[in-house]
Amino acid sequence: MEKMSRVTTALSGSALTGRTMHCHLDAPANAISVCRDAAQVVVAGRSIFKIYAIEEEQFVEKLNLRVGRKPSLNLSCADVVWHQMDENLLATAATNGVVVTWNLGRPSRNKQDQLFTEHKRTVNKVCFHPTEAHVLLSGSQDGFMKCFDLRRKDSVSTFSGQSESVRDVQFSIRDYFTFASTFENGNVQLWDIRRPDRCERMFTAHNGPVFCCDWHPEDRGWLATGGRDKMVKVWDMTTHRAKEMHCVQTIASVARVKWRPECRHHLATCSMMVDHNIYVWDVRRPFVPAAMFEEHRDVTTGIAWRHPHDPSFLLSGSKDSTLCQHLFRDASQPVERANPEGLCYGLFGDLAFAAKESLVAAESGRKPYTGDRRHPIFFKRKLDPAEPFSGLASSALSVFETESGGGSMSWFVDTAERYALAGRPLAELCDHNAKVARELGRNQVAQTWTMLRIIYCSPGLVSSANLNHSVGKGSSCGLPLMNSFNLKDMGPGLGSETRLDRSKGDTRSDTALLDSSATLITNEDNEETEGSDVPADYLLGDVEGEEDELYPLDTEHVHPEEPEYVLPQEAFPLRHEIVDTPSGPEHLQDKADSPHVSGNEADTASLAPVDSSSSLLSVSHALYDSRLPPDFFSVLVRDMLHFYAEQGDVQMAVSVLIVLGERVRKDIDEQTQEHWYTSYIDLLQRFCLWNVSNEVVKLSTSRAVSCLNQASTTLHVNCSHCKRPMSSRGWVCDRCHRCASMCAVCHHVVKGLFVWCQGCSHGGHLQHIMKWLEGSSHCPAGCGHLCEYS
Amino acid sequence: MNRGGSSASASANYLLCTNCRKVLRKDKRIRVSQPLTRGPSAFIPEKEVVQANTVDARTNFLVEEYSTSGRLDNITQVMSLHTQYLESFLRSQFYMLRMDGPLPLPDRHYIAIMAAARHQCSYLINMHVDEFLKTGGIAEWLNGLEYVPRRLRNLNEINKLLAHRPWLITKEHIQKLVKTGENNWSLPELVHAVVLLAHYHALASFVFGSGINPEREPGVSNGFRLISVNSFCVCDLANDNSIENASLAGSNFGIVDSLGELEALMERMKRLQEDRGDDETTREEMSTRFEKEKKESLFVVPGESFHSFPHSDFEDDTIITADVSRYIEDPGFGYEDFARRGEEHLPTFRAQDYTWENHGFSLVNRLYSDIGHLLDEKFRMVYNLTYNTMATHEDVDTTTLRRALFNYVHCMFGIRYDDYDYGEVNQLLERSLKVYIKTVTCYPERTTKRMYDSYWRQFTHSEKVHVNLLLMEARMQAELLYALRAITRHLT
Repeated sequence: MEKMSRVTTALSGSALTGRTMHCHLDAPANAISVCRDAAQVVVAGRSIFKIYAIEEEQFVEKLNLRVGRKPSLNLSCADVVWHQMDENLLATAATNGVVVTWNLGRPSRNKQDQLFTEHKRTVNKVCFHPTEAHVLLSGSQDGFMKCFDLRRKDSVSTFSGQSESVRDVQFSIRDYFTFASTFENGNVQLWDIRRPDRCERMFTAHNGPVFCCDWHPEDRGWLATGGRDKMVKVWDMTTHRAKEMHCVQTIASVARVKWRPECRHHLATCSMMVDHNIYVWDVRRPFVPAAMFEEHRDVTTGIAWRHPHDPSFLLSGSKDSTLCQHLFRDASQPVERANPEGLCYGLFGDLAFAAKESLVAAESGRKPYTGDRRHPIFFKRKLDPAEPFSGLASSALSVFETESGGGSMSWFVDTAERYALAGRPLAELCDHNAKVARELGRNQVAQTWTMLRIIYCSPGLVSSANLNHSVGKGSSCGLPLMNSFNLKDMGPGLGSETRLDRSKGDTRSDTALLDSSATLITNEDNEETEGSDVPADYLLGDVEGEEDELYPLDTEHVHPEEPEYVLPQEAFPLRHEIVDTPSGPEHLQDKADSPHVSGNEADTASLAPVDSSSSLLSVSHALYDSRLPPDFFSVLVRDMLHFYAEQGDVQMAVSVLIVLGERVRKDIDEQTQEHWYTSYIDLLQRFCLWNVSNEVVKLSTSRAVSCLNQASTTLHVNCSHCKRPMSSRGWVCDRCHRCASMCAVCHHVVKGLFVWCQGCSHGGHLQHIMKWLEGSSHCPAGCGHLCEYS
Repeated sequence: MNRGGSSASASANYLLCTNCRKVLRKDKRIRVSQPLTRGPSAFIPEKEVVQANTVDARTNFLVEEYSTSGRLDNITQVMSLHTQYLESFLRSQFYMLRMDGPLPLPDRHYIAIMAAARHQCSYLINMHVDEFLKTGGIAEWLNGLEYVPRRLRNLNEINKLLAHRPWLITKEHIQKLVKTGENNWSLPELVHAVVLLAHYHALASFVFGSGINPEREPGVSNGFRLISVNSFCVCDLANDNSIENASLAGSNFGIVDSLGELEALMERMKRLQEDRGDDETTREEMSTRFEKEKKESLFVVPGESFHSFPHSDFEDDTIITADVSRYIEDPGFGYEDFARRGEEHLPTFRAQDYTWENHGFSLVNRLYSDIGHLLDEKFRMVYNLTYNTMATHEDVDTTTLRRALFNYVHCMFGIRYDDYDYGEVNQLLERSLKVYIKTVTCYPERTTKRMYDSYWRQFTHSEKVHVNLLLMEARMQAELLYALRAITRHLT
C-alpha cells in the first residue's frame, strides 16, 4: 500500500496505465530509449529511427527522424539514448563511428543537431549524464571513450581503453563524476570524468566480452554487468575491491541488463543470440527467473523500463521488427510452475525429501517427518520477512531410512565381475554365466542363460531330435509324451534311480491313456508324490499342452499375477501352480523366456540339479531345433530382454545382448540398445567397476557407446618437484629436468602404470609395489609409512 | 582411377599454368626437369625457414603437443615464423581433429579431405588420407564420394558453397541437412563440420599462398597415397626466363625503385592514421566506396596481369585430377565475383549485424563447446599480431595495413564494415597485392610464385607469411559468418 502511494506521488498524480501490446516496425530495432515523461519511446536500428507515442491501447508513430532522400550511414544506429533531463534531446551512435545528437525542438523537418566524427570505428554506446544537460559520453569499438559537451564542436576529453573495444558506458546515477565502461576482453573500468589519463579502478568481470552494465538506481555502489559468458553479475563497488555479490546464470549471452525500478533486487535481461525472451531476475534467486516475457519472435535488442519509478511497465524492441510494451502482471512466472523439491542424503545413508505439500499429499501412507533424535541436523531457518519467497509453498518433509542390508547390491557387483561376455563359444559363455547367476542365488537369471544356450547352440543330441521330428507333426498329444520318454531315457543326471523309475512309470501311464486330461492328473500325482521334484515340474510344463496354442494367451494369464511378486527369495519356494489354460508344446520355453516369468517359476527352476536341468532342456531343445530355427525365438528373446530391462536388471539385458551379439541385435532398435548400454555403464561406474565398464564399452556395437572410451583419454600430471604440469611427457619434467615418477622399489623411471600410496605419496611400478607389499607393510621408500594396497 | 603416381614423366606430376601450357603446346617440349625446391615452401628459400626454426624450441614443443601426425610438417614449419600464432593455430586445429566433439575421428578427416578437394589441394588431401586411415576410417570411402554414407555426401553442397560462394548459403540448406530423417545431421555435428570445412578451405589458401611443398617421406605407400600433384607450375619454380612469356611479368610490375614504393606506402599509412579528421569525405561517398571497391575487385582477375589470355581460358583448362575430384561433385563450381551477381541481388552482409564477437562466437560455443574460445583467440591473435616492423623499417604501426588486408578479403565475400573507409584499401594495397589476395582467397590453386614475388618486393618472407595468415583467417571468418548466420536464421 505504501509502495503504491509512493509510486503515484512519483508520477505526480497520474499513474501509468496501459496494457500488454505491440506494434509492428518497418525494420529490426537495435535499441530503444524512453522519454522522461514515459509517454514516448524512440526506436533506432539500421534502417529505422522513429518516435512512438505510448497510448492507452496502442503505439502511435509520432515522428520519423530518418529524413532525406538517400539515407546516409550516419542514420544506421547502433544505440540511441534520450536525455533524462531534456525531452527534446536525443543522441544516437552510428555503426560508422559517428555520434549524432538530435534536437526535437528544431522547427525544420530534419532534427539533426550535431555530428561528432571522432571515433574511427563503430560506436557501441552513447550515454547522457543523468543530471548534467550537455554532457554526452560515447564508447566505441576503436577502444576510446569520448566525452562531449554539446555546446562545443568536439570532444572535451578522451579516455583510452588500451585498444580494447568498449561495449558499454554508463554514468553512475549517484556519483556525479563517475562512469563505468565495459570491454571486449572482459574488463570493467571505473573512470572519473575529470581524469582522462587513467582509470580509477579496473577488474575482470567476465570471461569474454562484457556487453552491458547498469548502475543500480538506488544502491550507490551496485553495478550489474552482463557478458558473453551467459552471466549477469552484480558488483559492489563501494568496497576496496569490487566484490561480486550475486551471479545469475542465464542460458544465452546477455545483451542488455536493466535494474527494475522500485524493486531492489530485480533486474531485466535480454540475450544476444538464440533466446528471444526477456527475463526479470531476482538476483538472490539466480536459477529461476521471477518473470518472463515471451512476446518476441526474434532476438530482443533493446529493453527499457517505461518510467523510473514504475516497476510494472517494460518496453522492448526486437530484431523481429516489433515494439512491445509488457505488463508485469501479464508476465509468465516460471516460479509458479516449478515444484520446489529438495533431496539430500544423510550421514547414515538416509534420504530426506521435501516437496510441496500438495504433491506429497496425493500419496497416502507416507507420514510426514516429525523429527528424530538421530537427526539433530535439521534446523528450521528463521524466516526473513523481507524475503519474497518465504511461505511461497508449504512443504512436506519425508525421511526415508535405509534398512541395513536391504538395498545391498553386492549381487550386482559380483555378477558384473564374474560374467564372461566374450572370448569363448556361446555355449560356454551361457553355461558360465548361468553358473555365476545360480551361485549368487539368482535362479531365474540362471535359467534364462540356460534357455539361451539351448535356443542358440546346436546340441549334440541328434538322434533324439530325429526321433522327435518323425513324431512331431503326427499328433499333438504324442509329442509331449515323446518328450518325457526322451527325458527319462537321457537323464543320467537325474537324481536317484528310483525316482527315475517312478517317473518312467508315470509317463508310461500317460502313453497308455493318450489323453491330455489324464496327463494332467498324473502330473498332479507326480507333484504330490514327489514333493518338490523338479523333473516333474518340467514334465508338467510339457505334458500339459494339447495343441499349438498361442503364446499371448499365456501371457494374459500370467500377467496379472506378476506385479505381486516382490523378491523371489523366500527360503522355501512357492509351488508351481497348475495352469489350466491349454498351451502349446513350447510352453516350457515360453515360460522361461517370456517377460512375464513369475517369481515362483524361477524358484522352482532353482531346485533343479544343475546338470540335470541342462540335459533336460537340451532334450526339449532337440525337439524343437529341427522344426524351429533360432530366429523363431528372437521375438521371445527380445521380449525377455525388455522384461529384464524394465525390471531394472539392465545388467542382464546388456549381458545377453553382448553374448548373443548379432543373433538378437537386429531385433532391438538402436536407441533402446544404446539406452541400455549407457545405463549399465553408468551403473558400473557408480560401483567403481571401471574395468568391467570399459569392457562393456569395448564390446558394444553401438557407435555412440563405443566412442565413449575414446574421449577424455588424457591424464594430466604435475611434476612432483616443481609442481608444474608436465606437458610433453609423463615422466620427465621439462622445467626442472628431473624424472618425476621413480619407482621406489627398482629406482627406475615409471613410464606406464604408476601406483602410489596416498598416505606418503611414494610409489612405483604397479607390479613392484604389489610384490613388495606382499612381503612388507612398510613403504618401500623407507619413509616408515605403513602403506596399504587394496 | 589412377592412384599411386604411376605416371612416368616427372612433369606430369606438376600442374602447368595456362601460360606454360600454351608455350609447351607450341614447343612440343614436354619434358621438363623436376624443379622441386628444397625446404618446406616452394616460395620461400629453405634457409629462411630453417634458420628461424633452429632457434625455436617452442615450436618443437608445440608440435609434440598438438600435432596430429606427430611430426613437423611443412605447414607448421612455415608458420613457425610466427610462433605466437602457431600456438593458437595448432591448438584449435588439434581441438577440432582430436578432442571431444560430436563427430567421429575418421569423419573429421574425411570432411577435411572434402574441403581440401574443393581447391584441389593435394597436400592437405594426402595428409588427411593418412590420418583418416590411421584413425580407423573405412578405406573404401577413399574411392570417392559415391562410397561414403549418404549423410556425409549431403555435406557436399554446403562444402561447395562455403568454399566458393558462401553468401549463397541460406537457412534452407541448413534445414535440409538437419531435417529429421535417416541421414540427418544434428546441429552440433553440423557446426563441427562447418568449422572443419571453413578451416580447411582457409588452410588450402595458406598452403597455396605460401607454396607449401609436398611432404617428403619415403616409402609411404598405402594404396591410397595420391600422386603428388604439385600445383605449382614449373615456370614458377624454375623461375628462369627460358619460357618466352615469362618476361611479361617483369614488364608489368616494372622493378621501378621498389624501395621508393615502400617509402610511399609508409607515407600513405602515416597520413591515413594522422589526418583522419579533416578528410572531409561525405558519408554518402564512403558508402559508395565499398561498392566501388567491390566492383573493382571484379577486374582484379587473378593471372590477368600475367597472361594475356581471356579469362574463359582458365575455365576449360582447369586440370583436376581424378584423384582429387572424386571427393567433390560439381567441380566446375568456383568463385564468382560478389559484385557481379546482378540479377540475383543478394544484400551486402553488414558486418555489424552479425559479428563474430557477438553472434558467431555465442552460436559456435553453444553447439560445439570451447571451439569458440579457441577460434576467438586465433582471430584476435592474427588480427593483433604485429612486430611493428615493415621491411627494413622498425617501429611502424601497421594497424591500418592489417585492417585493410582483413577487410579487403571480407569485401570480396560481400561483407561490409560500416565503419571502414574502403578508400584506404585503394591507397594501401597495390594492384599486384590485390591480385595476389584475390587469387589466394578465391582461387588459391592458381597462385604462382610470380604472384607471390611480385608484390611488396622489399618485404621479408616472414612478413609475407604474415599476410598469408591474415588472408587465411579473414577467409575462415567470412565463411564461418555466413554459415553461422544461416544456422542462426534456421534456429529463429
